Amino acid sequence: MDQLLHQILSGLATGGIYASVALALVMIYQATHLVNFAQGEMAMFTTYIAWALLQAGLPYWAAFAITVVGAFVLGVAIERIIVRPVENSPILAVVIVFIALLVIFNSIAGWIFTYTIKPFPSPFPAEPLFGNPYLSSHELGSMAITLVVLLLLFVFFRFTPLGLAMRAAAQNPVSSRLVGIRVGWMLALGWGLAAAIGSIAGMMVAPTVFLEPNMMGGILLYAFAGALLGGIDSPGGAVLGGFIVGVLENVVGAYVGSELKLTLALVVIIGVLVVKPSGLFGKVHVVRV
Amino acid sequence: MSDVASGAGPSAGPPQAGPDPLGGSTVVPDRRGAPSLLEVRGLAAQYGPTRVLHGIDFAVAGSGITTILGANGAGKTTLLRAVCNMIRTSGEVVLAGERIDGLPTETIVRRGVAHVPDGRGTFMNLSVEENLRLGAHTRKDRREIGADCDRMYAHFPRLKERRRQQAGTLSGGEQQMLAVSRALMLRPRLLLLDEPSFGLAPLIVQQLFEILKSINQADRIGMLLVEQNAAMALSLADQAYLLETGRVVMSGSAAAIRSDEQIRRSYLGY
Repeated sequence: MDQLLHQILSGLATGGIYASVALALVMIYQATHLVNFAQGEMAMFTTYIAWALLQAGLPYWAAFAITVVGAFVLGVAIERIIVRPVENSPILAVVIVFIALLVIFNSIAGWIFTYTIKPFPSPFPAEPLFGNPYLSSHELGSMAITLVVLLLLFVFFRFTPLGLAMRAAAQNPVSSRLVGIRVGWMLALGWGLAAAIGSIAGMMVAPTVFLEPNMMGGILLYAFAGALLGGIDSPGGAVLGGFIVGVLENVVGAYVGSELKLTLALVVIIGVLVVKPSGLFGKVHVVRV
Repeated sequence: MSDVASGAGPSAGPPQAGPDPLGGSTVVPDRRGAPSLLEVRGLAAQYGPTRVLHGIDFAVAGSGITTILGANGAGKTTLLRAVCNMIRTSGEVVLAGERIDGLPTETIVRRGVAHVPDGRGTFMNLSVEENLRLGAHTRKDRREIGADCDRMYAHFPRLKERRRQQAGTLSGGEQQMLAVSRALMLRPRLLLLDEPSFGLAPLIVQQLFEILKSINQADRIGMLLVEQNAAMALSLADQAYLLETGRVVMSGSAAAIRSDEQIRRSYLGY
């Protein structure tokens, strides 16, 4: 029983990471109706930036802040320079651009930082906080940070005029223009935010999985499973889905076999698509004929 | 409108109109001597190879209501879309002395042109109140927005009852009220109305038009009203244009057109 509780709690900790990345995926999906396959590699790349800053001797939280801001700028720049020109192209063209971004970031990271696995520090102490036996302080700390990020995003989208404008622009670009919203900038802002969230997830997961150019590959898959499970067009659902997948992954890994962990993500993806494509909280699209 | 016409001088233009660098030379005075809020010259538009508007001229007076009448397919909706550059157009569109043709739609909106679009343009997944607040997105006076929401709720109590509800769950008529309210939240200089009577019960249409009239007079908002409901539109407007397959076939004061038996029978069908 104790063992199960332990697995569930530490599943929630990794689930927080999946939830963040799932939310980033959903944010882009809502605006473009496409999954940004490069989301994970963007997060990986910005984590390398944090690593470089730490190597240069910056204190952890300074490197953290610079990385988040840098990721935001990178996200905005990618939308403006790379995604904007193909915005109205056929879906496959955009998908290819996303996959190209994935490969490019992966290669650039390998080229600059080499493919050698690097340790990445945790900002939290090595001994468990509050003497609790279940969670390491990094797990607890990263869970707290993810929850703060999710809460801040919720407040931003729910209660600020800019957040409202971003939701409007994603839903109904034509009407948004008619109330004076600069839709193009809202999309760029969405990319910036998604990249910033991804960078935080990257920095939180790197101490556990170690830093290397392929570190986000599996995480993107879990996050995608979480987003699908919760409903790809429901931000709250995606977050919950991310947590569920995190717990499932850990429990399956502990009781069934850790080599089946990644299989689980694929099973979830296929299961959701077959049984309930709209996910737990997604909208069912009904077309009136 | 007679109370406005008598005092019309240089100060009779829209209160927030910007400086007029050309000394009014681009502003053609309308029949009451006040400069036009909106001047459109030679407006043409096409969808693909199909021309929909063939060089149209019209004007909206500073605080007047101009209506454009015409049957389905005459190009009424296209005309409104052309004014705020939602489609590719050619021709001149002058707002309070400044050319706005070719500007992005959102910039035109920021200059004070609100649009009640064809199909209502509801933000379906947002609440009624969020829809209203979006209408005020470009305004700087954020503190007065709440008061303006309450003004809209006073005009349309139905919206107040449903303020927390998802706008997509509103009936067609309620969404039409919401669209008008959302546009007014901009505190526009010019309001473009695309068939505001569409889908509304006759009684509600009457109420809506009375509200529009009172807003027009109290806030001195110029209105460009596109309608199929000719009788209602002519009773509200002071200028009218008749559109037929993308051309203006007749124009004049609304009163004159309304009283002309011949025009009424042959073009308006009532």
